[in-house]
Order: sequence, then structure tokens, then C-alpha cells
Amino acid sequence: MNWLSNLVRPKLRALVRKTDVPDNLWTNCPSCGQMLYHRDLEANLHVCSKCGHHLRLRAHKRIEMLFDEGRFETVATPEALVDPLRFRDRKRYGERLRDAQAATGMADAIVLAEGTIGGHIAVIAALDFEFMGGSMGVAVGNAFLAGARLAVRRRAPFIAISSSGGARMQEGILALMQLPRTVIAVQEVREAGLPYITVLADPTTGGVSASFAMLGDIAIAEPGAVIGFAGARVIEETIRQTLPDGFQRSEYLHEHGMLDLVVPRSELKPTLARLLRLLGESSGASSEGAARLAADP
Amino acid sequence: MAELEARLEELRHLSGGGDIDVVEEVGRVQSRIDRQLRQTYAKLSAWQKVQVARHPERPHFGDYVGTLVEDWTPLAGDRLYGDDSAILGGLGRLRGRTIVIMGHEKGASTEMRVKHNFGMAHPEGYRKARRLMRMAERFRLPVITLVDTPGAFPGIGAEERGQAEAIARSIDTCLGVRTPLVSAIIGEGGSGGAIALAAGDAVLMLEHAVYSVISPEGCASILWRSADQAQLAAEALRLTAQDMQKLGVIDEIVPEPLGGAHREPKTAIEALGDALDGALSRLAHLDGAVLVARRREKYLQMGQKGLG
Ligand SMILES: [Zn+2]
Repeated sequence: MNWLSNLVRPKLRALVRKTDVPDNLWTNCPSCGQMLYHRDLEANLHVCSKCGHHLRLRAHKRIEMLFDEGRFETVATPEALVDPLRFRDRKRYGERLRDAQAATGMADAIVLAEGTIGGHIAVIAALDFEFMGGSMGVAVGNAFLAGARLAVRRRAPFIAISSSGGARMQEGILALMQLPRTVIAVQEVREAGLPYITVLADPTTGGVSASFAMLGDIAIAEPGAVIGFAGARVIEETIRQTLPDGFQRSEYLHEHGMLDLVVPRSELKPTLARLLRLLGESSGASSEGAARLAADP
Repeated sequence: MAELEARLEELRHLSGGGDIDVVEEVGRVQSRIDRQLRQTYAKLSAWQKVQVARHPERPHFGDYVGTLVEDWTPLAGDRLYGDDSAILGGLGRLRGRTIVIMGHEKGASTEMRVKHNFGMAHPEGYRKARRLMRMAERFRLPVITLVDTPGAFPGIGAEERGQAEAIARSIDTCLGVRTPLVSAIIGEGGSGGAIALAAGDAVLMLEHAVYSVISPEGCASILWRSADQAQLAAEALRLTAQDMQKLGVIDEIVPEPLGGAHREPKTAIEALGDALDGALSRLAHLDGAVLVARRREKYLQMGQKGLG
């Protein structure tokens, strides 16, 4: 039995969401402290106008920013078992989930959408840090798989945008099992001969970096994003050394050969459009080529 | 327990003289010990299991290989940067079958623990594992992985050389290998560092081993804001072999000798040898494409079944 068989065919629904934050609210830049008005932040894609710091973005904002004319269709994410371990720390996980759902209006930490980027059809799966730190449990795994499979059905490139602290502890070992499950999703896209592009946003760590986020055919990061496996604090406590400047930041990873590109938010859409154009010419053109790619990634 | 064992030791010493009373007393004390061990180990708490799983005298990778694998030939290096002693691997024969076997080595003495970095691998370890899995596939050999790690090493070099990428690729390779892959959690199955080697066709787990997304201490310090709550975290994480089986994460529990694998390593090692041999026999007739498809389907099912 296939895991997809217990759910209905993903419903497509248009999403038209306008910001409901009043223009006169302001935020301090978490990096330089500059007072930034929401109106200006919106216009500047949530990048600090003074220091260039890339503030975290909600998943739907990211998607809106990347698709042509901000138009896209969100794809319903599959249902998942709620609180499989009946986990309870100082608070019940079930309660934490409901709170996060109420605060974000999302079912879980991931949004799936399809649309066009520079005229090329693409499927995007975007994690939202606002929802329990973008952590990956069964629901995120299910949705990621559904996204990959939608991309395969559409013969479209699959783009994963990560912003996550890692696996969701409250789902215990089942959260860890989302590493192999999302890797399988990547394999399915690869075997279909389609491009899989990752956009690593702040932060991308733990089980998310150790699975789908680090397996992109092309790996792009936003400037200044924290990307790594272990948390900086854990590393410091383990080795009792001060960490080098810029450690685990995008630029540092780029320097160490772990990323293809570090791209400012304003350049992300044109960069993706260009890549889709370049890769689109050959991808999926021959299933023989796809099989060869699959055999030796 | 320690008291009873001291008494037994003393009696055994005396029984050298063949005194019949002493021999009887030895029998009585021994059965009291067994009874107590049986009672204790039948209802170990999750936290106690963590302690047993981490017991320094528990058999490690080298002990299993030393007993079970003939013609053991260690193979080193990732061909990219270095050799990682936290993950060992090589060729040999298990019960007459040529295999590639690899796993985390924690080390038995203080000196060896340092040498093997307490079983915490750097990227080179996962890349070596990946290289050996690919080699196994090339020569149509089954792969055995033994998992026993607190987790991947959190360090500067490890991060610089792509710890996350190395783990992700290792999982990718486990899932793609076209020969049988049998994994066994023999002690601690610590998070990403464990699943990097454990995405197999069959996953076995020793009775008192643990498998978790995060260490109980780490979980407690984040969710309870205090590492002192590790006992609570261990319970909440459901990290025992018995819970793993209920969740469909593992396929088989390998019983440990009374009182844990460290009490009778030889028995524990042979039991795992039998279980590995059995699992390999059940997979031997399947061809590569079928194996890969079944393995993927197995992981796709995970998380569709909870404890409720
Ligand atoms: Zn700033």
C-alpha cells in the first residue's frame, strides 16, 4: 500500500493573501538595530536597508515573491497522524501544535505551491520558521513527498526552501525517519530527470540540513543564513573553543565548497528563472539521460 | 545486586575445596541473582535502558567483528580527505557469506575511546561508509551496518567539511544500494549520525539498545530547559527497542543475555550473528530493483502508525 493512498488527490486552491500588518508598525533590524518600517521592509523584501541583513520570511511570502506576478496555487498538504507519540514535555505537544496552527494559520511548518518562475512551471516546498521553528515531523515529510511527486507529475523542477532548526523532537524517532523519507522524495525527482534546487534560508540545521536541504542539484543560500548540522552552542560546549568568524554562515559554507551560490533576496527570482531556463532545455528530454543521472548522482 | 555478586565471588573462591555446603550456597546465591536480574531487566525504565545501552563494557563493533567475521579485512579512507576511526568498515565472511560490514566503534578503553572519538563520526566516516556500500553493490555483496553512536561529531572541522551533506548522502546511498542492507542498532542509535547508516532493508535492534532523534539530555535541555530532566525526556522520546517495534521503525528485537549484553558478551554477539544471518538469508533471493523498491516503501510507511 502506498502512503498516498489514504488521502484524497491534493486540492488546488488559489491563494490571494495580502499583508494584514499596518504600514506604520516597525521592527528593529536583528543585526544592526536599525528601525525599519513595515512598509519599507515589504518593499525591500524584508532586507534591512541599512546593513543588508536578510530577515526571516514567512513561507507564503517567499512563495509570493518568487512566482511570476506573485500568482500561484497552493497545494493542499496531505493529512498526517497528529502527535503519534502522545508527547508531553512541560506542555502537551498536541497543545503546542494547536497554538502554532492558531498563530500561523498553517496546518504545519510547510507550504506547497505551484506556479511559474520566468515562465517556467515549478513546484515549491517552503518551510516556515514561525511554525515550531520550521521543524520537520511526519506532516512535513508527507508534504515534501507530495511536493516532489507533484513536480514529477508536472515534469517540473522542484524547489525546496528551508528555514528550520531540524527534526521535530516531539515526534521522536518518527521525526528522524523523515530524513530517509525526504531523501526518497529527492531520489524520485532525480530519477525523473528533473532539477531539484535548494534555497537555504536562515536557519537550516539538524535533520533538515542532513537530508533534503543538502542534496540539491544546485544549492543556493541567502546571505548570512546559518547553515550546518550541529548547533553552534553544542559545538562550543563540546570542543571548548571559540568559533571562527562567520562560522556556519552562507558565505563560510560557500567558501568551503558546500554551496553553489549565495544570492541576495532581490536576485533570487531572476537567478531561479535563469537556472530553470538553462536546465529546462535538457531535463526530462530523454529518459535514458535521466536513468544515467539516477545511477550516479 | 553488587552485594550478592560479591558474596558469590567469595563463595566461589571457597568452593575450590569442593565443600558440598558451599557449592549449594553458590547455587542459591546464583539463582537469587538471576531472579533479581530478570525482574530488574524486565522492567527497565527508558532512562535505565539509556544507561545499559551506553554501558562501557557492552560489546562494540570490534567485538562483533572479532567473533563473527572470518577473514576480516578492514578498509580505510573516504578517498577525499582522510580516514575516520569512529566508523570502521571492511570485508569478511559472516557464517560463510562474504559481506561488507561497517559500523560505529566507540572503543573499549579510555585510550581507545579517544582514538575512536567515542563513536562520533566526522564527514569522512559517512563518506567512507558510502564508498564501501557502493563497492559492495559493485561486487554484489550484502551490507551489514552496526549502529552505536551518541551522534555525529559537533566540531568546526566536521561542519566545514560538510557534516550535514555527508549524512544526507550516506542516507541517499543506503536507500539506493542494490544489494541487501541489514542494519542493527547495537547500543546507542543517536540521531542523524545513526540513520546515516541505518536506512536498511531490515533493521534489527538489541533488546536494551536505544534509538532517538536527540539524546535525552539534549531534549531535556531544550524542552525542559534543564538537562537534569533527562529521565523525563527519555520516557517521552519513546526510544526503546520495544517502542521502535510498535512504531514500525525496526523489524526485529534481538534478545540480550540476562542482565544485558555486557554481562555475557559472547552470547549477545552470537545472538546478533544468528539474527543478521537470518535477515540476510531472507533477502538473498531478491534482485536489486526489488530490494530498492521495497526499502523505499518501508520508509515511506513510517510515521503512518503511532503508539495510540
Ligand atoms: Zn540591519
